[in-house]
Amino acid sequence: MQKGQIMKRVATALAFVTLLTYSAQAAESPTLKAVKARGELNCGANGQLAGFGMPDPQGNWTGFDVDFCRAVAAAIFNDATKVKFVPLTAANRFTALQSGEVDVLARNTTWTMSRNTTLGIDFAAVNFYDGQGFMVHKELKVSSALELNGAAVCVQQGTTTELNLADYFRSHNMTLKTVTFATVDEASKAYDTGRCDAFTTDSSGLYGVRLQLGKPDDNIVLPEIISKEPLSPAVRQGDDMWENVVRWTHHAMLDAEEFGVTKNNIDQQLKSANPEIRRLLGVEGQFGQSIGLTNDWAYRIIKLVGNYGEVFDRNVGQGSPLKIARGLNALWTKGGLQYGLPVR
Amino acid sequence: MIVAAKRTSVGARQAMRVAFQAALVIAVVALFYGAFVNAADHLARANIASGFRFWNNTAGFDISQTLIAYSPSTSTFGRAFWVGLLNTLLVAALGIVLATVLGFTIGIARLSPNWLVARLAGAYVELIRNVPLLLQLLFWYNAVLKALPELRQSLVLPGGTLLNNRGLFLPAPLLKPGFGAVVAALVVGVVAAYVLHLWAGRRQERTGAQPRILWPVLGLICGLPLVVFALAGFPLSFSVPQMGRFNVIGGLEVLPEFAALLLALSIYTAAFIAEVVRAGILAVAPGQTEAAQALGLRSGLTLRLIVIPQAMRVIVPPLTSQYLNLIKNSSLAVAIGYPDLVQVFAGSVLNITGQAVEVIAITMAVYLAISLVTSLLMNLYGRRTALVER
Repeated sequence: MQKGQIMKRVATALAFVTLLTYSAQAAESPTLKAVKARGELNCGANGQLAGFGMPDPQGNWTGFDVDFCRAVAAAIFNDATKVKFVPLTAANRFTALQSGEVDVLARNTTWTMSRNTTLGIDFAAVNFYDGQGFMVHKELKVSSALELNGAAVCVQQGTTTELNLADYFRSHNMTLKTVTFATVDEASKAYDTGRCDAFTTDSSGLYGVRLQLGKPDDNIVLPEIISKEPLSPAVRQGDDMWENVVRWTHHAMLDAEEFGVTKNNIDQQLKSANPEIRRLLGVEGQFGQSIGLTNDWAYRIIKLVGNYGEVFDRNVGQGSPLKIARGLNALWTKGGLQYGLPVR
Repeated sequence: MIVAAKRTSVGARQAMRVAFQAALVIAVVALFYGAFVNAADHLARANIASGFRFWNNTAGFDISQTLIAYSPSTSTFGRAFWVGLLNTLLVAALGIVLATVLGFTIGIARLSPNWLVARLAGAYVELIRNVPLLLQLLFWYNAVLKALPELRQSLVLPGGTLLNNRGLFLPAPLLKPGFGAVVAALVVGVVAAYVLHLWAGRRQERTGAQPRILWPVLGLICGLPLVVFALAGFPLSFSVPQMGRFNVIGGLEVLPEFAALLLALSIYTAAFIAEVVRAGILAVAPGQTEAAQALGLRSGLTLRLIVIPQAMRVIVPPLTSQYLNLIKNSSLAVAIGYPDLVQVFAGSVLNITGQAVEVIAITMAVYLAISLVTSLLMNLYGRRTALVER
């Protein structure tokens, strides 16, 4: 072939490849595109739940769900601070997500069938397996939830908690007096003044609420767990790539803990020969691009926020005032339910 | 040169007016229709459930005050709606009565010649009017709750009534068969007493003598039902509240949330009604009062027979507005957990079903209906007190 023809063929091939990569990037998720254009992630958070999502006295948001949103932001922007937290109540959290006010709802929300099918939202991944429990005043000398016949119970309105409470009492033939409030704060304050005998919410929330009562030691958490509450961040339906971003952020954090990759040793792990670690951190493979991010998406998450175990420990585990045991949230290799899906 | 201006004929101008108005109506209807279709389309595309099928689904949650039978396991969302609506109507009706009584008293007190009474009434009005209702509501709720004793140290009032921070527990009347006759006797007694009152008035107009009818009236209203009560074998017993392990068992419960909301609404609206009443009284010509005094009427009688009836003409329209404000302000119940329509329907039901558009639309329509009915009734009453122009 002549030089001109070769050059022409190379040019055509180059143009073709550019077009392919350009069109591959053009099939992007509308939410991801909007987030990148805005420069920050809008995250729906609780605002009143210690350990999960609450601003500290200096105004910085901390918590288990807060760190999840920071992980998503780290994956997109390589900066875990580019998040705007919108405090939402149980009553307006779904409307905020449906209307586009927030991009992801990380607000200790239970994954249920009706929420998945009638609200137009999808749940990305269960990041905390929880269950509903009761807290009572110690002076009542109650040791089991089955002794609560006729009790007054403070509960937050519009939650699965409200429904499970009625179900539990009905199925055990006990009578109940519910006092409902719009927020956890109001409900716990009313419980503290003695308006109710018991307070009920997800068991993880009970420990956080107890810390904020007047005399925490005058209250005990009853042993019964009366429901399954798989807490999961939620996104709008119809944007599959964005759902993948959120879902695989969680699994990257689980895989990192499973392989022993932590915030501190991640730079050494880049040189690891373990093929699973190499794929996770982006040393091999193009997995980041398949979800619209860079190939070092998981590296960014672990470096800036940490793996699942580190996030758990510092927010709700032994490194926090709540001291909740891993329990069901331990890795599958340690007998728990957290099972990181393979990045390959 | 003077040129006569071209003028369109009367018929043509009328036709243009009708055409413009028709075009405007079509535009407004098209706007609403377009908004409705747009919303329905967006909801469908976002896979959000729509329609009113949720009305017949089981509610599943409990409500702390229900005036009609309600059970979390068998009652529907529709039933929960009615429970919430009745709670709203209850607090609104009682609130209107209390606010009117208090408002009239304060309004008249502010015009009293007694310096201290007038100043106190003025201070009340100025203080209450200028603090937001939500803050007053939270104040009453926390003040009511904190002041009352805990369950174990309940105040025991005469008759077996218990008072603590869970509520006021009154002995509940249990009606036995035969009580209907007592109610019928009461109705008959009231009607007969009214007839007697009318007869006495006519007698006074004809002859000038005021027949003494106090004892016959009392006998008819109180004595007759009591006699029937005794004859029917005392068909009434009481369920006295008892202290249970956790709670009070039996008795009629008045929630502290209800008491706090009623107090806050009545006191707040009474301040506004007081000013409306004062304006109405000042609007009556001072000559009326002077003439009444010249005839020898005391100030109490002057107020009751001469001034207030004329003042009602000026009082009724702004009073209607205050009543409507009270009804709508009752929705602040959501801040303290009183299960009114907004708390139960636009709170719990909305969040469980997720159908914000339908639920909020129904709630707004209900408040609109309540307000329209109230203002209709008040306007009917206002027409009765209006000046009849020649």
